[in-house]
Amino acid sequence: MKRLLPHPFLTLILFVVWLLLNNSIAPGQILLAAILAVVIPKLTTPLQKTHPTLRKPVLAARYVLMLLWDIVLSNVEVAIQVLGPLRKLNPGFIVIPLDTTEHLPVTLLASSISLTPGTVSVEVSKDRRHLYVHVLNLDDEAKTIATIKQRYEKPLKEMFGC
Amino acid sequence: MLTLIILICCALVGLALLLNLYRLIQGPSVLDRILALDTMYINSIALIVLLGLFFGSPLYFEGALLIAMLGFVSTAALCKYLLRGDIIE
Amino acid sequence: MNAVTEWIVVALLLLGSIFLLVGSIGLARLPDFFTRLHAPTKASTLGIGGVLIASCIYFSFDQNGLSVKELVITLFLLITAPITAHMLAKAALHQDSPPLERTRNADLTATAKDRENPTQ
Repeated sequence: MKRLLPHPFLTLILFVVWLLLNNSIAPGQILLAAILAVVIPKLTTPLQKTHPTLRKPVLAARYVLMLLWDIVLSNVEVAIQVLGPLRKLNPGFIVIPLDTTEHLPVTLLASSISLTPGTVSVEVSKDRRHLYVHVLNLDDEAKTIATIKQRYEKPLKEMFGC
Repeated sequence: MLTLIILICCALVGLALLLNLYRLIQGPSVLDRILALDTMYINSIALIVLLGLFFGSPLYFEGALLIAMLGFVSTAALCKYLLRGDIIE
Repeated sequence: MNAVTEWIVVALLLLGSIFLLVGSIGLARLPDFFTRLHAPTKASTLGIGGVLIASCIYFSFDQNGLSVKELVITLFLLITAPITAHMLAKAALHQDSPPLERTRNADLTATAKDRENPTQ
C-alpha cells in the first residue's frame, strides 16, 4: 500500500482535479484519472522532501472553512481601509516567533497570513524561527501577533502533531 | 436582466483594468509594474469569464485557465529575475 | 433558469466585480509598494472567486449537468496568490524598495532582507 501510493493525499487531489478539469464522470475519464493519480506521485517521489503527515483531517477541514470565512471578512476590511482616508493608515512590520520549524506548516501559516486581514508575510528567517509580516494597519503590535499565533498557528501545529 | 448586469460588470472590470494600466505606466519602480501586470492578469480572467457568460458558451473557460497559469508563472519568473539577476541559474 | 438562481448569479457577479474594482483602486491609490501589495492579493482573490462561482452556478442551471470546472481556477488562484505576494515582497526587500516614512519597525527590513533572526 505504502509503495503503491506514496502520497495518498496528492493522489486524491490529482484524481479530483482531473475529473474537475474534464467536467465528467464517464468511466473512461475515471480510469484515466486513477492511472494518472497513481503514476504521477510515484514518478515525483524523489523530488519531494519528507513532510509531517496530517494527523487530524477533521481539524484540517474546519481550519479550511474558518480560513475561507476569514478571507471574506478580511476582504471587506481591506476594502474599507483602501477606500477610506489613507492618512489614518499605520503600516508596519512585525516579527512572529514560530513554534514549529517544519517546512509544510510554516508554508501553510505564511499563506494563511497572506490571505487574511491586512497582513502579508514578507520573509522567513533561514532557520525558520521568525516570520516577518507586513501589516496594513498596525494598531497594537502585541495583539496582532497573539491573534495570529492563537488563530492560525495553534490549529496548524495541532493538525500536524508537532 | 442578466445581460444588463453582465454588461455593467464588464464596465466595472474594464475600469479596474484602466486603473491597472495607470499603475503600469506610472509605477515608480519595476516591482509596481510587475504587481500591476499580475492584477491585470486576474482582471482579464474575470473579463473572459464574463464574456463567456454573455455569449452563454462554456468554451471561454479554457482561455481563462490558461491566463491564470501563465500569469502566475510569468510573475514568478519576473520576481526571480529581480532577485537573482537570472531566471535559469 | 428560475428567478432565485438568477438573483444569486447577479448578486455574486456584482459583488465580484466591485471587489475587483476595489483591488485595482487600492493598487492605484495606496502610497508605497508594501501597502499596495495588500489590495490586489486580497480584494482580487475574492472578486475573481465571486465571478467564477457565479459562472459555475449559471452553467450548472443553464446546461444540463453540473459544471464545476470554474472551481479549479478559484482553487488555483487561492493557492498562488500568497506565493505571488511573498515573491514580490521578497524582491521588494532585495531591491531596497523604500517603505512609507511612517511605517513602524521599518528597521526590520534590514534583517529580513538577509533572512537573519531579528536582533533583540
